[in-house]
Amino acid sequence: MSILKIDGVTKRYANHTALDNVSFDIPAGCIFGLLGPNGAGKTSLIRIITQITGADSGEIYFKGEKLRPSHIKDMGYLPEERGLYKKMKVGEQLLYLAQLKGLTKDEATARIKEWVVRFEIKEWMNKHIEDLSKGMQQKVQFMATVMHEPSLIILDEPFSGFDPINANLIKDEILRLRDNGATIIFSTHRMESVEELCDNIALINRSRKVLDGPVREIKDTYKTDTYQVIGNGQLLITSPDFEVLEQHDNHGVFRASIRLLDGASPNDLLRYLIQRVEVHSFVELVPSINDIFIRKVKETYHA
Amino acid sequence: MHKIWLIIQREYLTRVRKKSFIIMTFLTPLLLAAFMVIPAWLATISDSEDVVMVLDESGLFADKLESKEDLKIIPIAAGSLEQAKTAYQETDYTALLHIPKLDLDNPEGIRLYSKKNTSLQVKFRLENMLEKEIESQRFMASGIDREMLNKMKANVTMTTVNLSESGERDSNVWVTSGAGIIGAVIIYFFIFLYGVQIMRGVIEEKTNRIVEVMISSVKPFQLMMGKIVGIAGVGLTQFLLWVVLSTIVVGGVQAAFDIKPAPTPIEQMQAGRDLATGEESAQTQEESQANMLSEVSSAISNLNFPLLLGCFLFYFLGGYLLYGSLFGAIGAAVDNETDTQQFMFPITIPLIISFIMSYTVVIQNPDGPVAFWMSIIPFTSPIVMMVRIPFGVPASELLLSMGLLILGFIFTTWIASRIYRVGILMYGKKINYKELSKWLFYRV
Repeated sequence: MSILKIDGVTKRYANHTALDNVSFDIPAGCIFGLLGPNGAGKTSLIRIITQITGADSGEIYFKGEKLRPSHIKDMGYLPEERGLYKKMKVGEQLLYLAQLKGLTKDEATARIKEWVVRFEIKEWMNKHIEDLSKGMQQKVQFMATVMHEPSLIILDEPFSGFDPINANLIKDEILRLRDNGATIIFSTHRMESVEELCDNIALINRSRKVLDGPVREIKDTYKTDTYQVIGNGQLLITSPDFEVLEQHDNHGVFRASIRLLDGASPNDLLRYLIQRVEVHSFVELVPSINDIFIRKVKETYHA
Repeated sequence: MHKIWLIIQREYLTRVRKKSFIIMTFLTPLLLAAFMVIPAWLATISDSEDVVMVLDESGLFADKLESKEDLKIIPIAAGSLEQAKTAYQETDYTALLHIPKLDLDNPEGIRLYSKKNTSLQVKFRLENMLEKEIESQRFMASGIDREMLNKMKANVTMTTVNLSESGERDSNVWVTSGAGIIGAVIIYFFIFLYGVQIMRGVIEEKTNRIVEVMISSVKPFQLMMGKIVGIAGVGLTQFLLWVVLSTIVVGGVQAAFDIKPAPTPIEQMQAGRDLATGEESAQTQEESQANMLSEVSSAISNLNFPLLLGCFLFYFLGGYLLYGSLFGAIGAAVDNETDTQQFMFPITIPLIISFIMSYTVVIQNPDGPVAFWMSIIPFTSPIVMMVRIPFGVPASELLLSMGLLILGFIFTTWIASRIYRVGILMYGKKINYKELSKWLFYRV
């Protein structure tokens, strides 16, 4: 079941098109990567989902219903451009933002207490935001985004500016939220940063969707049946079933990228190698999302 | 509605709890009290006695120059000017008046010597005394004596009366204009002070980058209106606290020091006139001052306070809302405060013009065409109409002006909200008027 269905969304600004007939589904309960270079249209799409702006044409369905203002309180949005009221105290700020999301004062207070324990920030509650370190501010910001327990959480460039420790903390929180049933949309241009987190992705380039689907399927589609082998011995492949793409020899140690041709299986290659050399490592070379993206973009240009 | 209310609360509370707000709120009445006490205190100091030595070589003024309560005259019996000067040097008297032999038709050569600069007041009073004495001597010479002259003198004070359907009422031009001007001044400063606060608030949200977080929860319009209304609340609170605190502080100071308030402009005018007309009319002066005071207080009590106050509140809020939303739009259109200048200009111009016009043209001719049109047009009416109201404005004109102000407010808020919703998400772009006008018709 999809929590969000984007159907032919187009958005034009005065002198450029931000989104051109973009359609894809976001399954419920997954971590979804909305990927693409800067200026591809990611933020425009997110602003349409969060109803900050409207689409020129096309529809978006949230949990099967056409998007409407009441859906806002079931979404949490961490914009790329983020900030807090510097002169407000942490506790007041969280209470205020949670109430704006429709929580009552009592609910909000209770939730804040939970999070304060989880993030161990009790002693900050009466500090002004401007007195906090940047990492602390980001934790507060993240809390404010998910405080109202939305079923859809949208994070725009979530790890930009996070130090590694806090980034890991946030990653753990995101996984926990996903396990509790929330759907998370990651929007980023740094594709490698979310590759291991995402279940599904959509690639956007120049206001068009390039491809979308489960990460595993995409990788299967784009894998090239290439294996990297490292071992001892003199490797000389003469079989017509395999093609050596790259080979380095160094004091009897070799490293080679070998492609299977015409229905040969990995085991065929392994058997062939074992008879001739000593194999230390045998790994499939899976294309990264980044590689796939670049390939896909090249294809669309040449087409 | 609930969300707007939350925003209003936040805008209000964060500002009211600021140190600067608390300091301003308590300092201003204290300053006011100081302004009241210090001149009064200074006045008591300068009321010390002036002593003037007089060397009268003409013999015309012997015994005629009489000592007054605070101006003592010490005649020097005889001797040369040089001797008198030496004698004066040894005293700490205020001045030495030297009257040489005089030609009554052409009294020249009278000199006033002093160690420090003599106050204008002493100079005027001495001049007056001498003039009067010379005059009466001239009258004598032409056969008219002082008493006969006094009988012929006339003293006229005119009481202005308003004729209206509700009957006759004493009015006083000073009181009437004063009431209007005070209202106009307060509205003018309120719009500026708090309008700029709206603008700063919006810029702050933009530079803090919190605005996108906010508008993923609330509509831009709610955010803008919440801010405008919240800040209006801050302004009203400050204003009311000033009124209450000032009354307490001023009352307390008066009770504690038993000081009369510093002279009002009216009294100063009066005093200036008295100085010119001279000493002899001290009696009439007191009388006319008493008249004046009773006239002023009766005029004050005859002002239509409920109407005045109601209109004040209406134009106070109406003007603030009209301009406040425009200030908010400016804040949304720019990235930082230094870029606001070009957009502030067209907003401040009508405010400044109406402020200047109100204490010149409008006050001189409150029913003239300039006053009429400026009190009808929404951008100038909050200030100009306040000046006109104490003079009496036909109900139809008042209703027209108020109605247009409401329409004007709706219009500027519409424009402002269109600019605001686009501007708050726009960073790093220099905006010009052409760009702004496009924003009005963006589909968002």
